[in-house]
Amino acid sequence: MTSVLEIKDLHVEIEGKEILKGVNLTIKQGEIHAVMGPNGTGKSTLAQAIMGHPSYEVTKGEVLLDGENVLELEVDERAHAGLFLAMQYPSEISGVTNSDFLRSAINASREEGDEINLMQFIKKLDKNMDYLEMDQDMATRYLNEGFSGGEKKRNEILQLMMLEPKFAILDEIDSGLDIDALKIVSKGINELRGPEFGSLIITHYQRLLNYIEPDFVHVMMQGKVVKSGGKELAERLENEGYDWIKEELGIEDETVEAE
Amino acid sequence: MENEFVINKDEILEASKAREESAFLTEKRTEALDKLNSLDMIKPDKTRVSKWDFFTVTDQFVESEAFGSIEELPQVVREVIDIETVENVIIQRNNTEAFVKLSDDLVSQGVIVESIFDAANNHPELLEKYFMTDAVQIDENKLTAYHAALLNGGVFVYVPKNVQVKDPIQMVVLHDDEKASLFNHVLVVADTGAEVTYVENYVTTLESGKGKLNIVSEVIAKDNAKIKYGAVDFLAKALVGYIVRRGVTGNDAVIDWALGLMNDSDVIYDNTTYLMGSGSSSDVKIVHVGRGNQKSNFTTEVIHYGKETTGNILKHGVMKDSASSVFNGIGYIKHGATNSDAQQESRVLMLSPKARGDANPILLIDEDEVVAGHAASAGQVDEIQLFYLMSRGLSRQEAERLVIHGFLAPVVESIPIESVKQLLTAVIEEKIVN
Repeated sequence: MTSVLEIKDLHVEIEGKEILKGVNLTIKQGEIHAVMGPNGTGKSTLAQAIMGHPSYEVTKGEVLLDGENVLELEVDERAHAGLFLAMQYPSEISGVTNSDFLRSAINASREEGDEINLMQFIKKLDKNMDYLEMDQDMATRYLNEGFSGGEKKRNEILQLMMLEPKFAILDEIDSGLDIDALKIVSKGINELRGPEFGSLIITHYQRLLNYIEPDFVHVMMQGKVVKSGGKELAERLENEGYDWIKEELGIEDETVEAE
Repeated sequence: MENEFVINKDEILEASKAREESAFLTEKRTEALDKLNSLDMIKPDKTRVSKWDFFTVTDQFVESEAFGSIEELPQVVREVIDIETVENVIIQRNNTEAFVKLSDDLVSQGVIVESIFDAANNHPELLEKYFMTDAVQIDENKLTAYHAALLNGGVFVYVPKNVQVKDPIQMVVLHDDEKASLFNHVLVVADTGAEVTYVENYVTTLESGKGKLNIVSEVIAKDNAKIKYGAVDFLAKALVGYIVRRGVTGNDAVIDWALGLMNDSDVIYDNTTYLMGSGSSSDVKIVHVGRGNQKSNFTTEVIHYGKETTGNILKHGVMKDSASSVFNGIGYIKHGATNSDAQQESRVLMLSPKARGDANPILLIDEDEVVAGHAASAGQVDEIQLFYLMSRGLSRQEAERLVIHGFLAPVVESIPIESVKQLLTAVIEEKIVN
């Protein structure tokens, strides 16, 4: 069965200020959607709210995963249901090694008695780390502690490849990456691409989309999706910027501050 | 209410005589008893102890059975000792020396590991030189005098010149009689150029005790000597106490502390290192988990007298329930201690709105040419860290557990014996989960 993630009329506030003002999006497994837009238009809020970030309050709307409203679930239950968020600023956790953490995370979504076999785990970890050109010592280092920006992003993709969720939301995974790291991160995501994987890629640079070709492109302004299209939309944005959209829609200030 | 206590001097001295104690220790008891009433009570900063009962001791000595072999040791002791590999261990059960195992190697090198009472008989010249002379004085306050007056256990470790003890020396104190009070005196001396790792564990099978704690450790590192001192204290509730661990360094000597202070009772902890010799250093790592409604005060001080001395204090505390702790870190550079370096960091994690944790970094500098720094924080578990871990599927409880372990890791990792490190991890686990 192909899973579907539906975002319906999503309204989100942070500290009493409305950031998302009715977002609608439908993503099916097998599809890659890119959400683009200038800074301050609500893109990251969308990613964080879907996963359940504690600072964001959903005031209206639903996020349905195969018909079930994930907004009623705890954060860990959303992960068990098949959602994954690759974060822009991953936390550093001392005292727990990357590999111990990954194994706990994999087992957390499995039934008791069905834990991943240690040899299988190591094999899969080695393979994915090789694929992402990560040093072997990253497995035994504490989770993200002292990692460079690029190492953290690679580690997010490693977790994604190990956990194999139904849907991955990538929140500005390309920010702060040099071109080589960008290629490796994209390679990881392309490896997952297939009928059992859907993705929502949030970015404000078109350059990531040179490496990961999206099926659909959406533009956010003022806390809403204001335009959707295919990959040609991203190319036009690359060439012409956002002004033509603002003009077309009569928007002067695209940020959520604008009323 | 003032601390009231009734103490029978004759009874104490008679009991000591009956145990064939050395004249030296009896002399010290007498001195302490004579001075007791005129001495001031301790005044720990920000913790009121006027209502704490440090004094009501019903049984000065509790006689307990010794253990015939390592196989007879109870589970709680076996957990701390690495049975397969342990070379040097001394076990005290309540107030009785209950088991000793020392490697031939150690004995042939002239290393002494004896109960404090045996050592006073067998090595009076060493005891007279080091017992309550340099690190802690009998007449310092009412509690140090009370300690000397009621002394009922402890160990003496002496490492001769240039002897480097390869395997750690471990002391385990088992508290399994609720009437027992622990007035232990630990004296560790590393002579010039000597090296030793000493680790002590206080373990219990009891839920709650009826005695008192008044424990003094004196750690003396002569010139070029190196001492690693590790401890995990995990005693039962209601054992009100005063625990003093102090070090004195010679030139280029090192005393490093790794202390897991996990007692469930109200305790005042004083950990002070006097960096007397030039070029000497001390690294102090302390970890604490407070729970229930216990109150604790941790005053950790490194005092620099020698030139080019280095002191580092790292304290991490986790406060649960209604527990309340004061974490005072003091780096004190005396006049003349040029080019010294005093650093400290205190971090407190609060797991409940009723828990309290005060982290107070204090630097006292009487010298111009120095380096000093401090950092302190107190706060809740970082919700963003929890969100991150939970977003990968870990439950809130599991995520909290990982964050807390991570928070305490810098201290736990520095414990010098693997079995003790594992024990400390297990103790933390138990205290966090329950």
